[in-house]
Amino acid sequence: MSDLISQNLNMIFKTPKGDTVHALKDLNFTLKKGELLTVLGPSGCGKTTLLNITAGFIRPTSGSITLNDKEIDGPGVERGMVFQQGALFEWLTVAENVNFGLRMKKEDPIETQKKVDEWLEIVGLKGFGNTPTYQLSGGMQQRVALARCLINDPDLILMDEPLGALDALTREKMQSLVLKIWKETGKTIILITHSVEEALLLGERLYVMAPRPGRIHKEYNLPFASMGLKEDLREIKKNKDFSQKREEILEMIWNMEEEIMGKEN
Amino acid sequence: MITQIVTFLIFFAVIGCILYGRRLIKTEKVDAVFGNPERALGGTHWIIVGSSFLLLIWLYYSWDIAKGFYPKSANELCQVAKVNDSLLGLKYQFPIEEREFKSTSQIKKENKNLRIIQNEIQNSEKLNNQQKTILISFISKTNQLIPLLTNEDLIENVTKQKINDITGKINLLTENFQKPDYPFETEQELSQRLRAVDEEGGWGITKVDAGSGSIENTLEVPLVPATERGVKFHAAAKELNLISDEFFKLRNHNPQFKNRIKELKNEIKSYRKDLSDNEEIASTYAKNIVKIARRIEFASIYPPNALDNMQAAIIKFENAQKNAQGGLRFIDMFLFPAGTIVASGPSCSEQGSGRWLPKPSDTLNKFILMSKPSVGYKDIPLLWIQMVDVSKMIGFILPDWIADILPGEYPVHTKDGIVKQNFKGGVLKIVTGDFNLFKVPVPYGHIWDSFLRVFLGLIFGILIGVPLGLFMGLNRFAKGFFDPLIELYRPVPPLAWAPLIISVLGIDNTGKVFLLFMVSLSIMIISARAGASGTQLSKIHAAHSLGASKKQILRYVIFPNSLPEILTGIRVAVGMCWGTLVAAEFLAGTTGIGFVENVAKKYFQYEVIWITIFIMGLLGLLFDITLRKIINKTIPWRGKG
Ligand SMILES: Nc1ncnc2c1ncn2[C@@H]1O[C@H](COP(=O)(O)OP(=O)(O)O)[C@@H](O)[C@H]1O
Ligand SMILES: [Mg+2]
Repeated sequence: MSDLISQNLNMIFKTPKGDTVHALKDLNFTLKKGELLTVLGPSGCGKTTLLNITAGFIRPTSGSITLNDKEIDGPGVERGMVFQQGALFEWLTVAENVNFGLRMKKEDPIETQKKVDEWLEIVGLKGFGNTPTYQLSGGMQQRVALARCLINDPDLILMDEPLGALDALTREKMQSLVLKIWKETGKTIILITHSVEEALLLGERLYVMAPRPGRIHKEYNLPFASMGLKEDLREIKKNKDFSQKREEILEMIWNMEEEIMGKEN
Repeated sequence: MITQIVTFLIFFAVIGCILYGRRLIKTEKVDAVFGNPERALGGTHWIIVGSSFLLLIWLYYSWDIAKGFYPKSANELCQVAKVNDSLLGLKYQFPIEEREFKSTSQIKKENKNLRIIQNEIQNSEKLNNQQKTILISFISKTNQLIPLLTNEDLIENVTKQKINDITGKINLLTENFQKPDYPFETEQELSQRLRAVDEEGGWGITKVDAGSGSIENTLEVPLVPATERGVKFHAAAKELNLISDEFFKLRNHNPQFKNRIKELKNEIKSYRKDLSDNEEIASTYAKNIVKIARRIEFASIYPPNALDNMQAAIIKFENAQKNAQGGLRFIDMFLFPAGTIVASGPSCSEQGSGRWLPKPSDTLNKFILMSKPSVGYKDIPLLWIQMVDVSKMIGFILPDWIADILPGEYPVHTKDGIVKQNFKGGVLKIVTGDFNLFKVPVPYGHIWDSFLRVFLGLIFGILIGVPLGLFMGLNRFAKGFFDPLIELYRPVPPLAWAPLIISVLGIDNTGKVFLLFMVSLSIMIISARAGASGTQLSKIHAAHSLGASKKQILRYVIFPNSLPEILTGIRVAVGMCWGTLVAAEFLAGTTGIGFVENVAKKYFQYEVIWITIFIMGLLGLLFDITLRKIINKTIPWRGKG
């Protein structure tokens, strides 16, 4: 079994002031190999926390999460991460960023170079290998981050609002790229977003999370990602089913936020 | 010569650049606010104007322009100053530059003193009436001495004769002075004087290559008159000195005055003798009255019109000498700003900016001289190379105990008196540098020593400070443990440590390098710490999930991420070290640029002081520019991540 299984996952933070924040409560879900899950929810509902636990950066307070029947207890190469701002190493060139993982593993430089070229081509950065990363635009930086993560051949790719900081046009292009990579590599992907459209377009499955305590509020199985592989993304957005779901989810999140406001007052 | 050319060049450069700048303004784009939208860009010509002005002001205020264009002016002004100096005493007798006769002001002063004493006596509660009457009678007798001096009828014929004599001498001098061949030098005197002029040398440093090229051949102002005009003044000054001496020996004492003052003195003397011990106050007053009487006796008090002829003679001479100065007066006025050359006794000196603001030409000459490795300063060149055998360096680096810990014994001489070398002995030779290899050039000298100290202090500071700082940025224990130590010594001004460190570690390199190490260490620790703790968590996470180990993250993520901070820290540390070093070299030591300045200060060698200031400025600038280049090359991503 190469699934990601979460059982009764709980995460309770203690702030320095002494308050406790129940960031995740009794989270149970199973993600099959090759599935693309998008996670949506209002700010502060524990999306990043979930991803950080999955990546192994933090340990859950209770419960367990396993990948390929192995308990996750620390960062590992089998789980790649893409951050909102890329988190690129700006002192390195594009190629050096991409081959970072392989260099750390001291793999054969010639092999490495070949892989780098391949991946740069896939993400559309052919010929940019020697460019310093600080000279790249935001979209290009995210492409580098993708390539850097994928070159390690992880089983699971975790993306925390990877397209959040991009302009609309670049964003659309990147969405196609994510779908293309998903299809060509067959990787399991968890993608967090705050855009309802993006969650619907890219997600094979979609979890809408609710805050305080953080939990899965509603789960959808969606056809749009498979459609998106063939059709233009913009056409899908005109789909009736799509807009209906979009309105429904927007309403849901809207209500959640109002509820939060009410609690606060 | 150089000064003249430079002055002209500067003049033309300034005028040319200003004209160029004005023409440029006409062709420039214009916007509504400040004129040219590229307002502060470019403008090399204004830089030329700015630096030219600086140089021009320096040339002018240091009297280098005077020296360049009128090299003899200092010598001539020295002779004029001698005349003024000799004339001073005589002139002060008359209302020439003063408001009243010296006699008048002296009488006024003593009258006032007498009045004050009289008041005190009359109001004193410690004196009885009898004492008061006697003391006041002394006062009135003292007062009555003055008319005996100022009465024209009482003045003695001998005195009158002498005054006439002196007046005649002054008139004769004036007459001679105006003759073209005054002071009637003989051939022999002339050649003697010219030889003396030659031997003395010129104003400032002119003979750089002369003799052994000693550094001390600066002449503030040449004394021996070198020009005809100078000789005139020189001779006149000499004569005036004699005349003035003669006048001040003269006393206007007639028999009546002499008798009276003698009586008064005796009276007071016997009165004081008869006073008992408890009448000390009366005695003191009596003594003070005698003092005033004495002052009247020795002041040159004359009747109002007695010296009229002499006054006229002096004014005549004064006018004659002012005429004779001719253009020199204008040179003095315009080219010797803020001061002039003054004579006191036999010597002349520059009074004003000329002393502390050395002439650029002198400074340059002295610098050229000091740059010669054979001259240097205090027998050490500023910067030179030395051939050093590599073996000596090996011997210096390798510690001697390497040989000691080897098994076996050092060779012992045999009974034939022969020493047989063995392996252990051979190693000892190597570690002590007792062998010959090839020689390599190694720099040395004051500048090199200073540079090396900064360099070593900095290197040690970096080698220890950066790892420690990174560690402190990443680890709470390290931060907590080392913070007190660093916060304890860092806020203390580095120089406050200097006396302690220098006393413990010695005045040589060790102490100074350690001081600079302390300076750079805290800066490096703080900057490396800031760099390390400022590494974004997401970068560390990214590296971690890409499979990097802790060590690799440190080496490949945290270190390069801290590099901008570290390099900026180095730049700051260099500046701090440089400043601290120079001051530390003031305190103690026998080499280094700060040492040079400190010694120069003791001997008032202003040229050397300025040379060291320039060297330090240039070196500081050089360090900073180099580091800026390195920073731009190594961390081009700074501020763009
Ligand atoms: N290290 C932490 N310490 C305390 N509280 C935290 C910490 N990390 C996250 N939280 C809290 O947990 C909740 C969920 O945070 P997060 O997962 O970042 O939300 P999201 O990514 O969905 O916006 C928030 O209320 C946040 O304040
Ligand atoms: Mg988040």
